[in-house]
Amino acid sequence: MNSLSRRRFLKITGFSIGAAAAATSLNGVVKGANKIQDKTGQLPKGIQKIPTTCDICFWQCGAIAYLRDGKLWKIEGNPDDPLSNGRLCPRGTGGIGTVPDTDRLRAPIIRKGERGNEKWVEVTWGEALDYVAAKMKKIKTEYGPESMAMFSHGIGGTFLKHMVKAYGSKNIAAPSFAQCRGPRDVGFELTFGDIVGSPERVDIKNSKCLVLIGSHLGENMHNTQVQEYAHAIENGMTSIVVDPRFSVAAGKAKHYLPIKPGTDTALLLAWMHVIVKEGLYDKEYVTKHGFGFEQFKAHVNQYTPEWAYPITGIEPEQIRESAREMAKHAPATIIHPGRHTTWYGNDTQRLRSVALLNALLGSWGRKGGYYYQTKLDIPAYPYPEYPHSEKSAADNPDGKYPFASSTLSTGLRDATISGNPYPIKGWMVYATNLMQSLPNRDETLKAIQNLDLLVVVDVVGSEIAGYADVVLPESVYLERFDDLNTPMFKEPFVTFRQKVVDSPSDQKPNYWIAKKLGEKLGLKKYFPWNDIEDYLRTRAESAGLDYDELKRTGVAKGVKVPINEEEGAEQVFYTPSGKIEFYSSQLAEAGFDPIPTFEAPDEAPAGYFRLLYGRAPVHTFSKTQSNKLLREQMPENELWVNVNVANRVGLKNGDYIKLKNQDGTISNKIKVKATERIRPEVVYMVHGFGQRSKMMKSTYMKGASDSYLLSKYNTDPLMGGTGLGNNFVTFEWEV
Amino acid sequence: MARFGMVIDTKKCVGCQDCVIACKTENDVPDGCSRDWIVTETNGKFPNLNMEIRTERCNHCDNPPCVSCCPTGASHVHDVGNVVLVTHEKCIGCKACHEACPYDARFVNPAGYADKCTFCIHRTEKGEETACQAVCPTHCIYFGDLDDPNSEVSILLNSRKNHKLIPEAGTKPRIFYLT
Ligand code: SF4
Repeated sequence: MNSLSRRRFLKITGFSIGAAAAATSLNGVVKGANKIQDKTGQLPKGIQKIPTTCDICFWQCGAIAYLRDGKLWKIEGNPDDPLSNGRLCPRGTGGIGTVPDTDRLRAPIIRKGERGNEKWVEVTWGEALDYVAAKMKKIKTEYGPESMAMFSHGIGGTFLKHMVKAYGSKNIAAPSFAQCRGPRDVGFELTFGDIVGSPERVDIKNSKCLVLIGSHLGENMHNTQVQEYAHAIENGMTSIVVDPRFSVAAGKAKHYLPIKPGTDTALLLAWMHVIVKEGLYDKEYVTKHGFGFEQFKAHVNQYTPEWAYPITGIEPEQIRESAREMAKHAPATIIHPGRHTTWYGNDTQRLRSVALLNALLGSWGRKGGYYYQTKLDIPAYPYPEYPHSEKSAADNPDGKYPFASSTLSTGLRDATISGNPYPIKGWMVYATNLMQSLPNRDETLKAIQNLDLLVVVDVVGSEIAGYADVVLPESVYLERFDDLNTPMFKEPFVTFRQKVVDSPSDQKPNYWIAKKLGEKLGLKKYFPWNDIEDYLRTRAESAGLDYDELKRTGVAKGVKVPINEEEGAEQVFYTPSGKIEFYSSQLAEAGFDPIPTFEAPDEAPAGYFRLLYGRAPVHTFSKTQSNKLLREQMPENELWVNVNVANRVGLKNGDYIKLKNQDGTISNKIKVKATERIRPEVVYMVHGFGQRSKMMKSTYMKGASDSYLLSKYNTDPLMGGTGLGNNFVTFEWEV
Repeated sequence: MARFGMVIDTKKCVGCQDCVIACKTENDVPDGCSRDWIVTETNGKFPNLNMEIRTERCNHCDNPPCVSCCPTGASHVHDVGNVVLVTHEKCIGCKACHEACPYDARFVNPAGYADKCTFCIHRTEKGEETACQAVCPTHCIYFGDLDDPNSEVSILLNSRKNHKLIPEAGTKPRIFYLT
């Protein structure tokens, strides 16, 4: 077992692991400092405020829902919540639009006829759950429980995951690892012995210099980060933005580096070269905490800015100046790790370079850099132990990807296609539209053909739901309770989602679905609680929390602990050497580069453009487009094309065009945005549009889907992440 | 008497549209209509570009052409904060004010009257923040009394470079953009 899995094991079992990630006990909890329910009767007549948490994205901001005459009116941030600080992002503010969404799933449905033809029979919950339970029992008898896999995204999956574990399967994955954060978490863990986490452990608030590499803060609205970013700008923070597209953040940067896509590691190596060569690194920090620095120093000697120039397109002087800028503000300099990091298939090494540059500047564990996270320690519910399984998870047979530290979603898909290491016959899919969240939809369709059962649990229809055997309609977050949320953050706290309004039709909360299905599967002992509040009260009280108070305030905070060296935190590195690994023996032993090198990305075929994609502030992937409040702000995506290219090929702003990728896949039509704000050899679109499920009446075929065009992926040999940046498109004039 | 105005820090604004959505939910703005919106202005040639992102709305002008042109007196200057408002019952929906406004700030509410930003007068006359200001994740919107030299807005305008929109129209707008 490499050090990654050891570390992860420690974290999951919740042992206190030194000062670094100390779980704070609840002694001295600061209870409801700022009372929310208005006891003095100052609320206008007919107005009620109910604290809860947002679920439009995974950030899970604390919120307060307002009712006016018993009807949902608006939602605001909870001022006591450290993530929202009383302000939700645009998606959160528009979150009330999820309740009246006309594309919501209303009742359980079972497929009639062929998979994917989207013909359904409406059934009762009893019938739907009996159907699922019967199929799951059959899979267990014929193949074993491990042959049932689950894909899940977000906190809402907690109870269904529990049910699947109780049934006997550990094949549970989230696309957020192999299609998103994975390379970042592994790259940082290999270097510092710990992951970046979510929310990212970056102290942007106190930073003096922020370096964003392809990360488009402000277009992605990870609430707390955007708030801290704006705060730091006000305090004079400088920023350096590296992006082939002139992003919103680029417009606020002191240095904008319009890099050739796919060459970031070359730039990172050249930056490190300059910082080492000019002696700008934090020598005391590196001497004290570094391992293998001499080998690293010798290695980066070759990567001069002049070497990087033809590769990256960034002038040597600009590389030097920006390197000096970041060194000038160190250690309060953050080379931001980004979040969606599966770009070219060698991403873990790129993220390791990011980690190493931060290490040179001494920003890990320092104020204005990377902080040590803390978390409120609330014991898990005292469930019986899960059944033991002899089989290991099916996603990564023989440890093919030695540094994969979470289950690989695409690995489970591979196993479903090949039957290796054993057949996967059932999928339960919770709140992730696998047709858009996994690359190469043909492979997903191929996998689906091998299934005896495909169940989708979600709030709105989706393309994956269109292929399901059974679709179970879930209540939206404003209509349900969820498990307590205790994120790793700057201070220890817990937030609480409670029901604000009733579901409009026959939708049910995930915990209800999990419990009922569990009972039908003979797993009653795993659901000893009567209702969700019984469960929540048990958990809260086991930690010494007053549940009723938590209901009233929505937030409880623990006692702050030092989170950086300046505040007295101790630097701890859970690497094999116990230090920051400039040279990684684990990587060398596994046959990988112990110090990152540059590998060029695939080149575009003649006449093709590299397809890049990103986020917009008003949408979360493909799950928010049917919310009228958000759809109105952005009903479709646009294709960003450099204005000179557009002129050359005869495209104007507002024209519609289709795209064809290198494998001949043709997209929906998409509106052209001819702009100066992008390099000529790339095109860009916001992810999540172009849905092709007929269930989604309001969003059907609106805009184009980047995912649909991402048929090619380069797999990261370290951890199995799927690099998606090597897809190329050309214009298809026939609209 | 107060003269309400708004100062927007374009250095902080990311154009996320939170102000637009918060206004809609706070004020029950009908589907398809907005009282505020985002404008992104880009100048230069790639990669040497300049970009300003602004949240825009009715400028609550000191010299409001929409008030002087109104045949019924529906468009008026409110006595709290000199905010430009429309009395719905008096409005006949003739759209003279739409033509007169250089900022294109008005729309016809499906109920038949001219609609636009009210500077959240139902909140601001009680000393609360406007909905757009209160929601902004970047804290880029400031609101207050332009006649009070010690107000946050006055201090910002005295200390930071700023501009107004279409000053040449002579309407004396009361929204200022820090650059
Ligand atoms: S970041 Fe926005 S969408 Fe995500 S939880 Fe917070 S308010 Fe909701």
